[in-house]
Amino acid sequence: MQDVNLTITAGGKTVLLGPNGAGKSLIMRLCHGLLAPTAGRITWAGGPIAWARDRQAMVFQRPIMLRRSVAENIEYPLSLRGFGRGLRRQRLREALQMAGLTNHANLPARLLSGGEQQRVALARAWVIRPEVLLLDEPTANLDPTATGAVEQVIEEFAQAGVKIIMTTHDLSEARRLADEIVFMHRGCVAEHQPARQFFGAPQSREGKAFLAGQLSW
Amino acid sequence: MSDITQAFPLAARLLLQFDPLLREIIGLSLAVSLTAVVLAAIVGLPLGAGLALLRFPTRNFFIVLNNTLLGLPPVVVGLVVYLLLSRSGPFGFLGLLFTPAAMVLAQCVLVTPIIMALTRQQIEDLWLEYAEQLQSMGASRLLAIPTLLWEGRHSLMTCVLAGFGRAIGEVGAIIIVGGNIDHYTRTMTTAIALETSKGNLALALALGFVLITLSMVVNGTVYGLKEHALRHDLSGITAP
Repeated sequence: MQDVNLTITAGGKTVLLGPNGAGKSLIMRLCHGLLAPTAGRITWAGGPIAWARDRQAMVFQRPIMLRRSVAENIEYPLSLRGFGRGLRRQRLREALQMAGLTNHANLPARLLSGGEQQRVALARAWVIRPEVLLLDEPTANLDPTATGAVEQVIEEFAQAGVKIIMTTHDLSEARRLADEIVFMHRGCVAEHQPARQFFGAPQSREGKAFLAGQLSW
Repeated sequence: MSDITQAFPLAARLLLQFDPLLREIIGLSLAVSLTAVVLAAIVGLPLGAGLALLRFPTRNFFIVLNNTLLGLPPVVVGLVVYLLLSRSGPFGFLGLLFTPAAMVLAQCVLVTPIIMALTRQQIEDLWLEYAEQLQSMGASRLLAIPTLLWEGRHSLMTCVLAGFGRAIGEVGAIIIVGGNIDHYTRTMTTAIALETSKGNLALALALGFVLITLSMVVNGTVYGLKEHALRHDLSGITAP
């Protein structure tokens, strides 16, 4: 990463777009507190990022399913936080319904398809009521049908007022979902604009090349 | 050579007749070793996982110490436990010397470092895979311990079995703290040692075959349980 000065505000869906190796996933992990920067600061509403961990949830490109049922996977973050049984069950029901997984509750999570596992990961994020949902290429390994189902769940989060920050290198997905675009290239933020402006008239040379399909890394 | 050729039919006869004395010895061997392994697992599994995940100043020292204890000579363990439990020792008041309890204690001391070291390695490998996801969900390294112990339960069963293998075949420690007393502290291995010293080599070998068969039965049972659990992904068992 080089000279990254970025402010992401509440509300809407911010998509980090760029070719492979641009630094999108790295930014996500820094924002989520999984990595510490070697220089500079990352703050949350002016305070240290560590304070924000409970207010964020992250869904990875390949989410890890614990060796237990779908329901137990979704309840896991709540049990970590010491939630009582009654509240756990209530939030589990809501999350299963939101993600369309009610009929899968007792199935071993590792036996589900990739798209279904991604929905379990989203339900697992839903139960902790995050203010921000970080998604690192959540549909990269999914077919169009599964992608559509996952994007529908992401939309549920957005409508519930959760800030969405998502990485993708898929232009069509970015066009579908983004309210604003942070375009990255080789560790730098090349552009940060509302989505309509970026796709209509990109300012940077790299942005133009990427939209023209001339920039793969 | 004749002892070896006599040993096979003798072993078969002992097993088929299920001699009461043999039954008693097998029962004690299993009781002592299984109890020792269970206790060692209760201590060794969480300690091994803790050593894998937690970060503290003397961590490297304890890893080296744990690895060193893998090569503990059983007779030395037996001697130390003997001194601790003898009438003049600090725990002599418990009256445990020359009892099966003392044998369990000695085997527990031998087996715990094995389970701990193997667990540490398994959990370290699991952490590489699970770290980001667990940390993202709010699990600290400490809270990840019970989670990873459960996630790795199939592999950890093999770690515990390795401990059982050490325990069931051990003789040096239990012969010192147990005394090899007939009908009380005589196990398969101490009986083999006794019969060998008496020159009853065929009988000693036969007992050895019985011991190996016993060990195979236990290992086969655990393997079967593990495969069954893997096939059904332990559905229906509540996770911690």
